[in-house]
Amino acid sequence: MRSIARPNPWLRWDCSVCWVTLGLVILVVASFWSLDLQLSRLFSIESLKRIGRFLGELLSPNIDPSFLWKLAVASVETLAMSAVGTVIAALFGLLLAVPASKHHVADPARWRWFTRLTLNALRSIPELVWAALLLISAGLGPFAGTLALGLHTTGVLGRLFSESIENAPSGAGQALRIQGVPEGRIFLYATFPTVLPQLLSYTLYRWENNIRAAAVLGVVGGGGLGQMLAFYMGLFQMRETSSVLIAMIVLVVLVDSLSYLSRRFMVR
Amino acid sequence: MATATAHPSMRDPAWTGRVFWAAVFLVLLAPALVATEFKPWIFFQADNLKVTARFVGDFFPPAFGTEFLLMVVKEAWRTIAIASAGMALALVLAIPLTLASTSILSISSLPGRMHAIPFAVRQLIRWLLILLRSIPELVWALVFVRVVGLGPAAGVLAIGLTYAGMLGKVYGEILESGEAHATTTLLRNGSGRLQAFLFGLLPQNATELTSYTVYRWECAIRSSAVLGFVGAGGLGQQMDNSMKMFNGGEVATMLVVFMLMVGLADLLSAWLRRVIQ
Repeated sequence: MRSIARPNPWLRWDCSVCWVTLGLVILVVASFWSLDLQLSRLFSIESLKRIGRFLGELLSPNIDPSFLWKLAVASVETLAMSAVGTVIAALFGLLLAVPASKHHVADPARWRWFTRLTLNALRSIPELVWAALLLISAGLGPFAGTLALGLHTTGVLGRLFSESIENAPSGAGQALRIQGVPEGRIFLYATFPTVLPQLLSYTLYRWENNIRAAAVLGVVGGGGLGQMLAFYMGLFQMRETSSVLIAMIVLVVLVDSLSYLSRRFMVR
Repeated sequence: MATATAHPSMRDPAWTGRVFWAAVFLVLLAPALVATEFKPWIFFQADNLKVTARFVGDFFPPAFGTEFLLMVVKEAWRTIAIASAGMALALVLAIPLTLASTSILSISSLPGRMHAIPFAVRQLIRWLLILLRSIPELVWALVFVRVVGLGPAAGVLAIGLTYAGMLGKVYGEILESGEAHATTTLLRNGSGRLQAFLFGLLPQNATELTSYTVYRWECAIRSSAVLGFVGAGGLGQQMDNSMKMFNGGEVATMLVVFMLMVGLADLLSAWLRRVIQ
């Protein structure tokens, strides 16, 4: 049988996979080369000793009842921050999602580009950066953290909401439109009830994310468990630091497993 | 509300229900508002308003000195470099852990149930992955800043460990959700586990695995900027410094550079994911 000589696909100039791989390898090498990582310092005997001592200190958490009470208060504060932040985000997200979506084919949607730009800007700045910015006017404490969560999540939810509004089945709305019902009522009585379950599920999903985010937000001074962590770590009080870390991990694992269980429960 | 008093045919049938659920919701939310010290009016107190106005007024014009811009570009590159190096570390950790924990590659489970020891090893690795990813990267970074000192090493290690946990879990899910037929056939006919992976499992799932990795790289850039706030270097650290000095112009420039950087990474990763499809 005659075999056709074919060039090796990996050596062709238009092998996009090869170019992408080469680019990524160069990126990683350049990263390690340009960062002054001082890995020798990390793997020195002295630093290994320090890691050992640190881990040893973490193994003896403070379980004094009065301290545990403080931890519980901070955990509740973290949960409240995430809940209020998510509610704010859902309200403002919905308010912005309405002008950010094209409701029907002939909808001019004049403000669509502007609201989308606003939503993108809100979304692209992480919660923690928002919190650091808001500290200046809202002061230290959970209020800044709550607003930071609210602002970032407004961007995320607004975008998701407007996508579900645009993708909603248009039948009921079109029927009302032909009857001459004004646009505001069409949204309230046709589009909104149709997409409400989806909006709720997006909101719950973001709430879950926000609990995790709220736990660490306090590190820059935004209240909750994070603020306690930064406080005790700054004072080198390792027993308290260890308790806060454990509380954080318990909170995150709890939220993760609850969401996993509820998902499984709902799928069944 | 006009609809409530209008002609019966115009009345909103769901009105009472809506009012009831709104009230329940508000009652539940009230304690949370207290707990978060929700006091929007403090924004409008005179002294607060003055500080805010000065800081926000400083945003315009943003800082545009050549020296400052060079510094910002250098720090932006450091942010990307921390993210990329962290991803590389995460891959080095996640790939062997995934290979060791994938139950499709188990030889003892071919005839039926997996043996106790390999099962225990796989379960242990899964718990390790859960532990790695359930500690947020910011907390890892705080810990490493304490141990190895301020600087990019803390950021690289933090991203490496958290993302190893995430990648390991999702890689495992991708590998196990696919068709296992080719791989088990290879294993049954005596090929090694690594061979079965390279010629059965990997080609099947390569696009999905790469696309998830690229997406995670994009997330790593975002979080590496945030890690700067606890002293891991890069754009975040400079932003933190400028905020502490109330230098609005510098903050504005860095925010714009950060948004551009994230936007570019977003476009690049979307393009890459399209190319490999």
